[in-house]
Amino acid sequence: MQHQSHPPASTTTTTDTDTVLSVRNLSIDYHLRTHILHAVRDVSFDLKAGHTLALVGESGSGKSVTARALLRIIDTPARVTGGTITLTGPDGPQRLDQMTETGKEIRAIRGGRIGLIFQEPMSSLSPVRTIGAQIVESVRLHRKMTKQEAKAETVSLLRQVEIDNPEQMADRYTFEFSGGMRQRAMIAMALACNPDVLIADEPTTALDVTTQAEIMDLIKRLQVSRGMTMLMITHDLGLVAEIADDVAVMRFGRIVEQGPVDALFHAPRTAYARALLGSTLRLEAGQNRPAPPTQGEPLLSARGLTKGFGAKSWTGKTTWAITAVDNVNIDLWPGENLGIVGESGSGKTTLGKMLLRIVEPTAGRIDWRPQPGAAPRDVTAMDRRTLRTYRQAVRLVFQDPFASLNPRMTVKQVIGDPLYVAGGMNGAAIDRRVGELLELVGLDRSAMERYPHAFSGGQRQRIGIARALALNPQIIVADEATSALDVSIRAQILDLLLDLQKRLGLSFVFIAHDISVVRYFCDRVVVMHKGRIVETGTAEHICTTPSEPYTQALISAVPSPDPRNKRMSQRTRLSR
Amino acid sequence: MLGYIVKRVFLMIPTMIGISIISFFIIQLPPGDYLTSVLASMADGGQNIDEAEIARMRRIYGLDDPMIVQYWKWISGIVLRGDFGYSFEWGRPVSELIWDRMGATLGVSVAALIFVWAVSLPIGIYSAVRRHSFGDHIFTFLGFLGLAIPNFILALTLMYVSFAYFGQSVGGLFSPEYAQADWSLARVWDLLKHLWIPVVVVGTSGTAALIRILRANLTDELSKPYVVTARAKGLPEYQVILKYPVRIALNPFVSAIGWVLPQLISGVTITAIVLNLPTAGPMLIRALVAQDMYLAGSFILLMGVLTLIGMLVSDLLLAALDPRIRFT
Amino acid sequence: MTDATQRPAPDPFILPEDGHEETAPAISPLRPGEDPENIAVAGQWQLIRKRFFGNKVAVAAGVIVILLYLIAAFVEFLAPASPTAAQPRFTYAPPQSVAFFVEDPETGTRRWLPHVKGYTMEVDLESLRRTFTIDDDQVIPIGFFVEGSSYRLWGLFEMNRRLIGPLDPSKPMNLLGTDSLGRDLLSRVIYGTRVSMSIGLIGVVTSLVIGTILGALSGYYGGWVDLSIQRLIEVISAIPTIPLWLGLAAAIPITWSPLRVYFIITLIVSLLAWTSLAREVRGRFFSLKGEDFVTAALLDGSSQRRVIFRHILPSLTSHILAVVTLAIPTMIVAETALSFLGIGLKPPVVSWGVLLQDAQNIRTVATAPWLLVWPSLMVVLSVLAFNFLGDGLRDAADPYEN
Repeated sequence: MQHQSHPPASTTTTTDTDTVLSVRNLSIDYHLRTHILHAVRDVSFDLKAGHTLALVGESGSGKSVTARALLRIIDTPARVTGGTITLTGPDGPQRLDQMTETGKEIRAIRGGRIGLIFQEPMSSLSPVRTIGAQIVESVRLHRKMTKQEAKAETVSLLRQVEIDNPEQMADRYTFEFSGGMRQRAMIAMALACNPDVLIADEPTTALDVTTQAEIMDLIKRLQVSRGMTMLMITHDLGLVAEIADDVAVMRFGRIVEQGPVDALFHAPRTAYARALLGSTLRLEAGQNRPAPPTQGEPLLSARGLTKGFGAKSWTGKTTWAITAVDNVNIDLWPGENLGIVGESGSGKTTLGKMLLRIVEPTAGRIDWRPQPGAAPRDVTAMDRRTLRTYRQAVRLVFQDPFASLNPRMTVKQVIGDPLYVAGGMNGAAIDRRVGELLELVGLDRSAMERYPHAFSGGQRQRIGIARALALNPQIIVADEATSALDVSIRAQILDLLLDLQKRLGLSFVFIAHDISVVRYFCDRVVVMHKGRIVETGTAEHICTTPSEPYTQALISAVPSPDPRNKRMSQRTRLSR
Repeated sequence: MLGYIVKRVFLMIPTMIGISIISFFIIQLPPGDYLTSVLASMADGGQNIDEAEIARMRRIYGLDDPMIVQYWKWISGIVLRGDFGYSFEWGRPVSELIWDRMGATLGVSVAALIFVWAVSLPIGIYSAVRRHSFGDHIFTFLGFLGLAIPNFILALTLMYVSFAYFGQSVGGLFSPEYAQADWSLARVWDLLKHLWIPVVVVGTSGTAALIRILRANLTDELSKPYVVTARAKGLPEYQVILKYPVRIALNPFVSAIGWVLPQLISGVTITAIVLNLPTAGPMLIRALVAQDMYLAGSFILLMGVLTLIGMLVSDLLLAALDPRIRFT
Repeated sequence: MTDATQRPAPDPFILPEDGHEETAPAISPLRPGEDPENIAVAGQWQLIRKRFFGNKVAVAAGVIVILLYLIAAFVEFLAPASPTAAQPRFTYAPPQSVAFFVEDPETGTRRWLPHVKGYTMEVDLESLRRTFTIDDDQVIPIGFFVEGSSYRLWGLFEMNRRLIGPLDPSKPMNLLGTDSLGRDLLSRVIYGTRVSMSIGLIGVVTSLVIGTILGALSGYYGGWVDLSIQRLIEVISAIPTIPLWLGLAAAIPITWSPLRVYFIITLIVSLLAWTSLAREVRGRFFSLKGEDFVTAALLDGSSQRRVIFRHILPSLTSHILAVVTLAIPTMIVAETALSFLGIGLKPPVVSWGVLLQDAQNIRTVATAPWLLVWPSLMVVLSVLAFNFLGDGLRDAADPYEN
């Protein structure tokens, strides 16, 4: 680099234990229509120079709004009601909480002293201005530079975040970037003015696990080379173990436990921290149940399943723009949990939809045996009526517990609908069966008369499972059924599904991007990448000693929830 | 970009044909045909024509041809020769009558469009940024009122007010002394003095509608993460608003030409009748009442085409403004 | 979510050793909210109603709309006079205002007597025009439920009671003034309410029928049927509405009966209004079709028809109701505009547009401004009321969005 992009190290003369940012008794209220939500209560923490503090919590714990309060950019219904925020710099301490929200002082700090990166790299950048223009703007805001200098600095920043061809990429728009590249650009922007503190708010949650590992590597490297202090907000304990020096665990607006990362993972003091860790670790371990036999005739087997998207061109030739699923073969044996794992765009969801013929396959066949030993029937060739019997035996559990229940129907109507349409039940019989089903999934019978809006995400997912079970199915296809849930709820739902399997003799096709969930739940795993199957094997094999390079890269990129055993930094990298 | 333009123009053609069919349908709608009108007017003038002569004229005018042939003759005349047919009421070819009037319609509509934009942009931004403030409530109420008052009632009211309280009769686009004069600064000034009333009258409801749209869109955009990013950079608040959310909320603003323009042309038509402006409106209504159908049909056709061109322009502007449209 | 029965059996976070473990976010209630138990069992319409009634402006607008339709229903009884009864002695007579007390000039005592003041006539010698001014000396007592000229309510019941009128039927009472023939404007405005408001209603029903049929055809056959219907919508919405209305309305033969003209005008107005309705409903339909819960219903074994009628339509009806309410004012304005220009409804039919025809001439308006003011006010009032009502309905239509 010919360009001297950082000022000399004089600004970071502080020693390791110096506190850069100190928060004391921060409280934030949300003024809502009927009540005040105390989103953050008496939160205190210190950011030490060059260190990383992770703020961990499940949804609604107040961790994100805390981060934004440091920059004084919280939205209108929220209000800081008390506490101090002190930033220590070369000119002595500054009280951020006393500055006016739109004033010049705080604006010099935003972007200048404290940089911020967010979860959603797509929506965090303006779609109608080039990446370069948005970075140039940041650069010129805090550093006296001409347009040319700023442009050159932007290119150098993009190079530092490892974007290829930075000169050309600076003139591109966000939608021309991939998710990982967008997050890199976002980092470049946050670092444009060489801030002392970087706040990373769930920086990799929207990204695939391999991309997440790369981005975290990059952040870590830049943090070390620039001597930055970092506040990382996340819900992922694995990531915390890999990255953080100190941890603060938040719940319902309070910090319940705070300390060095090793102490939290190996000697948690509070019940909540223990429970949170427990849910995370449980998924890490695997369930160690004996795998059902995979000899004999499979229940369901797909052969050469292919789906192409994109219209026929006007000449009449079919050239698929995207081949979402490419010649996939899978088998599901009775009593088995088959995991389908892949990153976004791997075609796993399309595959799941094709199994139920919500999406019609372009090619291939699906053979289904109504009972073990029965003659296989081709699902792709079924007419409407036989397809209906097939769909009674093979049921789907959706990802989004909010969108998959009709908000205008009571729980009884939701669960009773398949009983009425396909089961031919009526009146009291439906009542009885719905009651049974609710108890089966761990809900009270009285839930029947309520509407879905009365339930939380985890409870709704239970209702969705009850609906899937209504017709005594043989196979359940679960499409990311737990990925919208918090980690503690996730473990509960997975245990419920395992319990149901034991009691009802079900087989599962479990589609997920989260490898730890798959390892916990599945007997065999199919790894998909770009529409093809890369590797098939037992869960244990895939998760511990994978054979294919892609699988190795994928597995080793999963953060390990143990600070004494950092996995991500020693991961296998797939050559690009 | 070029491919995009070509595609848009290409897609316009079927709609254009549809509009021409509807216009032709309106021409054919009144009982009797072109010749009956001519005969009626000749009979009024005391002329008598014998049956053979009528039959000969029917043949010449092709009135016995099937509808589709008649349509083809009409539309090909327009497209190939600029021949819109003959106005029997004025005794002149339609093409000699319409262009001045359409020009005036276009002029007033465009002036109204500029008015609509100029007024609704700042108010819309203000209302969205200062949501639920006193000013926002005032503008919202005025907006509802603006949407509720039909153009012609507003025009009549303005006319009455200026007549009763200022003793001045408004109407037309020029004072009599400037009507036939050559263009000069004084004449432009006179035009502006007259133009503001129709512009305000026609533009009010569009302005109100656009304020509502901009307010709603901008409110959505204001809560997007990229606004927080911009703020976190340390940009001053006005730049945060103008450079980021407003830039994106402008999209519906630009695409509004597509539906505001037909409204404005509609509005100009009826307002012009009330205010007696030399635009297409008064001549159209006169032609319709007199069943001078070629003239009336031509106006309707041209107004439709004008709208389509407006939509095309808005699409192209939108593409210029938003790279997401340009590139896909 | 504090209901213990709802909580899935063991909650791992409530552990006895930490007494202070919290189980829910901290909340300070500002005012009593709805009982969560009630909300939990509240269906779609209950939630919509609650949301709608929370919007005071929309409720007020709804009351006005109901009042307008009540007026439309009982015009014969409410109007003080027949809308066609000319009073040649009182042309362009100004509005009389109602007073409740008369003062005895000698004793100075005030006496309860609802009345209006009579007119005196002056002749302007220059223009030879007669003008009427209010004469404070003439007292015309008025009252409620007085006997007036006889009428048939809804063409069925022979009656002669009217809500309000002069006690002596031969005396003039024109609360809103009179027109060029001396007809009572108040009565005419009231009669106009029936025609104008009903055109909005019938028009919207017609366009809903057209829209639904074409929408169903479009959805059922898909392919080129769908494509050509979409094209048709595009073409119709590309032509500026007023010229198109004019073009269609002008073709109505003069010889047609008023009733026939009334229906054909309604048809013309709705012919053009269905497109926006259809477009909105179609858009919502397709976005609902992609919802997970609709896919779930399909997988549950529901037939296409059951999915539409049991799952999609119930989600759609509240939106349709709002869209329809918002479409009514355009119809009212359309009729008014056409009639005003003289190619819509024609006398002797009375509508607000027909009344405004009298206000076309600015000199007439200058002598009798009430001819412009009152019909215009009615149009604006009804349009405002429908807009506010429709907006309220639209905001309440989806109680499940956050």
